[in-house]
Amino acid sequence: MSIWNDPPGGFHPVSAPDYLPREQLEEVQLQRLQSVVTRAFDRVPLFRSRMEERGLSPTSMASLADIARLPFTVKADLRDTYPFGLFASPMEEIVRLHASSGTTGKPIVVAYTQADLDVWTEVMVRSLVACGIHRGDVIQNAYGYGLFTGGLGAHYGAEALGATVIPISGGNTERQLMVMQDFGVTAICCTPSYFLHLLESAKETKIDFSKLRVGVFGAEPWSDSMRERIQDESGIRAHDIYGLSEIIGPGVGVECSERNGLHIFEDHFFPEIIDSETGEVLPEGAEGELVLTTLSKQAMPLIRYRTRDVTELVSEQCPCGRTLRRIRRIGRRSDDMFIIRGVNVFPSQVETALLRVEGTLPHYQIILTREVGLDQMEVKVEVTPEVFSDEIRKLESLQHQLEATMENVLGLRVKVTLVGPRSLARSEGKAKRVTDLRTV
Amino acid sequence: MKLQQISLFLENRPGQLREPCEALAAAGIDLLTMSLADTAQFGILRFIVRDPEQAKKVLEDAGMVVRMTEVIPVEVENKPGGLAAALMAIEGAGLGVEYMYDFGAASRSGKAAIVFRFEDPDKALAALEAAGIRVLAMEELLPK
Repeated sequence: MSIWNDPPGGFHPVSAPDYLPREQLEEVQLQRLQSVVTRAFDRVPLFRSRMEERGLSPTSMASLADIARLPFTVKADLRDTYPFGLFASPMEEIVRLHASSGTTGKPIVVAYTQADLDVWTEVMVRSLVACGIHRGDVIQNAYGYGLFTGGLGAHYGAEALGATVIPISGGNTERQLMVMQDFGVTAICCTPSYFLHLLESAKETKIDFSKLRVGVFGAEPWSDSMRERIQDESGIRAHDIYGLSEIIGPGVGVECSERNGLHIFEDHFFPEIIDSETGEVLPEGAEGELVLTTLSKQAMPLIRYRTRDVTELVSEQCPCGRTLRRIRRIGRRSDDMFIIRGVNVFPSQVETALLRVEGTLPHYQIILTREVGLDQMEVKVEVTPEVFSDEIRKLESLQHQLEATMENVLGLRVKVTLVGPRSLARSEGKAKRVTDLRTV
Repeated sequence: MKLQQISLFLENRPGQLREPCEALAAAGIDLLTMSLADTAQFGILRFIVRDPEQAKKVLEDAGMVVRMTEVIPVEVENKPGGLAAALMAIEGAGLGVEYMYDFGAASRSGKAAIVFRFEDPDKALAALEAAGIRVLAMEELLPK
């Protein structure tokens, strides 16, 4: 074991908890669990009533295993209590609000006290260190800045690490490439599909990015073959980073130099794997839904939050020396939500748009593809007798209206294709609405 | 006389045109004339048969989306300038043409038939008569 595995200057004192002996880590986890459950019970009516229904009190947490007795929290709870119903701190102590990219109806609001921001910064520093980034690195942060947690999360972590941050945010490929070359960028943070797009454009314009060494890629699912393609074509090392706004933002977990699973920063986020049907905690190594409890969050503690991401927990010691358990890279979700260009999309949002235009719900199918490195979403909509016209321009206008409404509802451009009646496959039981062809 | 035209939605992929034709063939339905409008993504097949209700049922039973639209067959001189003269009269009557296609010269000597889809078929019918343009009846269009 060597904690010096990370590149020169890679070991950072902030990363010390990554290497805690398990017993010590579990002690920290139990203490924090007891305190966060107490805080949630005392300050958040929803948690209190749910715990009382089960005859639980904060003193019920005698061991880490007792966490399984606690009720789950789901995304709908955040929506139902919009905007501030789950806050456990008064506004005087809250220094930052972020909101989800979800665009139908109400977004999800998350809050941070200064201590929460410090934790976020800390886990982002630890993430960047695990990716082999250090002082002296020039980081191009191409995650979106704003309500989305990606941009600011990576930004504060990179600054605290002592690296040089270029807060370029997303978009404007030409400027991204100019900056990459002229500023001698050595590390980049963005979605993997956007990086592939940058790569292709760089080849066309003969941009020199030979100084670029590391990519920290997240906010959408990507495969090992996509990693190979990124690494082969660019010569950089590509790391997967995991996070979600509800828990903190980016920095819940990250791949170390081994790039064989993502270490979860377990001293702040307690992971469990459950059977998404029964809610039972699954044994080590079993595949299931990832559930996370924020152990140190103040403004908005979440107890047993169901992420809907499907993975497995690996407790085998990682050769990098970190004692933190890992999750396998996330490939799918237990509900039918999907993430495209950093935006969370539920098929129900597509249905909202279809209903708004057509009045009734036609049969439809969502197809996700990755073209020239960018994720594309196509919705195939069957033509019904109600909307069919013998005039081309009326059908084209229907198609454009569907596209405009979907863009409006989802916040991203969607290609609508009209298809013949009964041409889409019908499945028995639950309809399979999403076909994800995003492999590279 | 107004005719009931049948239109069908077709996707832009192989077999899409054949399927309705086979369904009609199996029912012994003869296509009198047809036209295909297409875009990059999809097409609309429009056609006229002797018994549109029967054809509609056959196609709907085969799972297709069918629409019936009123169109007007107009007689034009089958010689250079014949169509232009008819269009001049239609324009003069202030009628908006959605689309049109040929019904074939058929066996009518010196005459051709053109199918028109007007914005307002009833208004068009009256205006055509007033302009002295002959509107054909189904019997006149059937092959002899």
